Amino acid sequence: MFTALLIEQLLNGLQLGVMLFLMAAGLTLIFGVMGLINLAHGSLYMIGAFACATVAAATGSFWIGLIASLAAAAGVGAIIEVAVIRRLYDRDHLDQVLATFALILILSEGARWLFGSFPLYLDIPPMLQGAVPLPGGGQYQLYRLAIIGVGIAVAIGLYLLIARTRLGMRIRAGESDREMIGALGVDIGTLYTVVFALGAALAGLAGALVGALQSVQVGMGEPVLILAFVVIVIGGIGSIKGALVGAVIVGVVDTMGRFLLPSVLALTMPASQATTIGAALASMLIYVVMALILAFRPSGLFSAQS
Amino acid sequence: MNRILAASLLGLSLATSSLAHAEPVKIGVITTLSGGGAGLGIDMRDAFTLAIKQSGNKDVELVIEDDAQKPELAVQIAEKMIQGDKVDLMTGIIWSNLAMAVVPNAVAQDVIYLSPNAGPSALAGANCNPNYFNVAYQNDNFHEAMGQYANKDYKNAFILAPNYPAGKDALTGFKRYYKGALAGEIYTQVGQTDYAAEVAQIRASGADTVYFFLPGGMGIAFMKQYAQSGVNIPVMGPGFSFSQDVLPAIGDAALGVKNSATWSKDLDNEANKKFVEAFKAEYKRLPSIYAAQSWDTANLILAALSKASVKDKDAFRAALKAADFKSVRGKFTFNNNNHPIQNIYVREVVKEDDGVLTNKIIATAFEDHKDAYADKCSM
Repeated sequence: MFTALLIEQLLNGLQLGVMLFLMAAGLTLIFGVMGLINLAHGSLYMIGAFACATVAAATGSFWIGLIASLAAAAGVGAIIEVAVIRRLYDRDHLDQVLATFALILILSEGARWLFGSFPLYLDIPPMLQGAVPLPGGGQYQLYRLAIIGVGIAVAIGLYLLIARTRLGMRIRAGESDREMIGALGVDIGTLYTVVFALGAALAGLAGALVGALQSVQVGMGEPVLILAFVVIVIGGIGSIKGALVGAVIVGVVDTMGRFLLPSVLALTMPASQATTIGAALASMLIYVVMALILAFRPSGLFSAQS
Repeated sequence: MNRILAASLLGLSLATSSLAHAEPVKIGVITTLSGGGAGLGIDMRDAFTLAIKQSGNKDVELVIEDDAQKPELAVQIAEKMIQGDKVDLMTGIIWSNLAMAVVPNAVAQDVIYLSPNAGPSALAGANCNPNYFNVAYQNDNFHEAMGQYANKDYKNAFILAPNYPAGKDALTGFKRYYKGALAGEIYTQVGQTDYAAEVAQIRASGADTVYFFLPGGMGIAFMKQYAQSGVNIPVMGPGFSFSQDVLPAIGDAALGVKNSATWSKDLDNEANKKFVEAFKAEYKRLPSIYAAQSWDTANLILAALSKASVKDKDAFRAALKAADFKSVRGKFTFNNNNHPIQNIYVREVVKEDDGVLTNKIIATAFEDHKDAYADKCSM
């Protein structure tokens, strides 16, 4: 039974990691190419979830909702890039943080105004309902396996996009020398808008996928945003590979910590104390891991700048 | 002649104004109106303002502020209300950790606080205060009821709650009356939205029931994930996990689940019928338990105001303690520690003919239930 539990928890960690990767990939791409810290990334995640829930409720199809979430997040991303973010590239990080924090408030209250304060309902599509058997006698939720699949597909797609296409070449060039590609005649404004919309679409996809598992409500993006920042700091800011590795580390460490710490502590102290202390320690475990990694690799595991 | 007429008119108007004794009462309402927990606070605010509006009492002035579910913000707002707005009464806080940050400080400054929801154990026992009235419940109560009810069918329960004061009170309350064994006990993070790790442990635990206290969005996430996980162990919870604010978002996964509460939409009394109809008519949705509790809070205040002036603290406290109002929960009295003595029911989630999910009372877990901390209160 313990093996089955262990496999299940590893898969849970992987699934959390993959979901974080979808968030962190956009965040790190935007930081790498434009040098922008985008706190409003969590709001784009929320927009994806709301778009999916609304369209799925209206059409009865989760899949149309999923497409709507990509379109809505990319669309809103492109609009705020043109309207607000574009003015921030030359400012220092403090101005960027301030402006994108304002965007969080505006988008959250906007969502509340449009959809109300009560959580929306979004269900898993019928073909992904239920659980599948695992080796060792356990079971695992099919939908979570599908999320892992989507995450891996996105990771491969992003790799191909960046390594093999003209757009990817420009993104890489933008990361290493912004002024130079502008001087070579690349339309840097459009490139920035496209990169921002791409990052937003990934966040929207994550929001829609997770919305079916959790509750779709205002403010759902901010807790994920904090974890996504931890991921890109661990992985090295600006590196997609780093985001993938960092996301899986954070996902697995967080899940295993929540599961193992209380039981390990229970060997040395009374059970009720162990659960309380274990829960408290587990919630800080990823930050401890981050501190350790930064102590040995100050710019993260795969820093794009080094 | 004209002068006499004018003078008498003036005299008359003076007389009527003193007759209405327009002594304004300022009530500070701190509640959660933004963020993930906003649904609870909005129900609180809506029911409270509706009760005041329906009473026709024009002397009550409300100062309503959003705490965003942040203790530090709630403390600032409370200071502003007490020092700046000079409020006479305060109410509104939904969450126990915010109540712990605000209430002890407010009551020490001789402001009367009436809790429409949170009932942390720390304020019910030795630290009870004559200025603190809990119109809702002591945090342990709903869980005690479910612990009692669980004895009927179950012997090996898995229990979980968030790691904050109300979460600890919850599991303590459950264990106080539950006699069977525990297959596991977990404290999750406040605001956690992914419960895969916990569900995996439940699956491996061999429990025969799961009892969970996860208010607001946390409970929605847990129930949806649990229903999809392939685990078939029956779940139970306190009424908060299956309250009207979260049921539509959980969906059919909640059908048939047993939960405990001091109030339900179908509770058969005049005050409750009037409340449910008024709330539905005004807001086009069904009220939640948070709405019911704050409706009672408002009516308790209104009843006390008709008996005593809020400026005469002793008389007003006595008027509150008498609890001379028509509660939507039926019988309602205050214990020595200013916490309620009331019935606690077991409800089941059902689907009504129009497809709306709601709760129906199926049993009474406790009659005239008192909390476990009242003995330690010296009042």
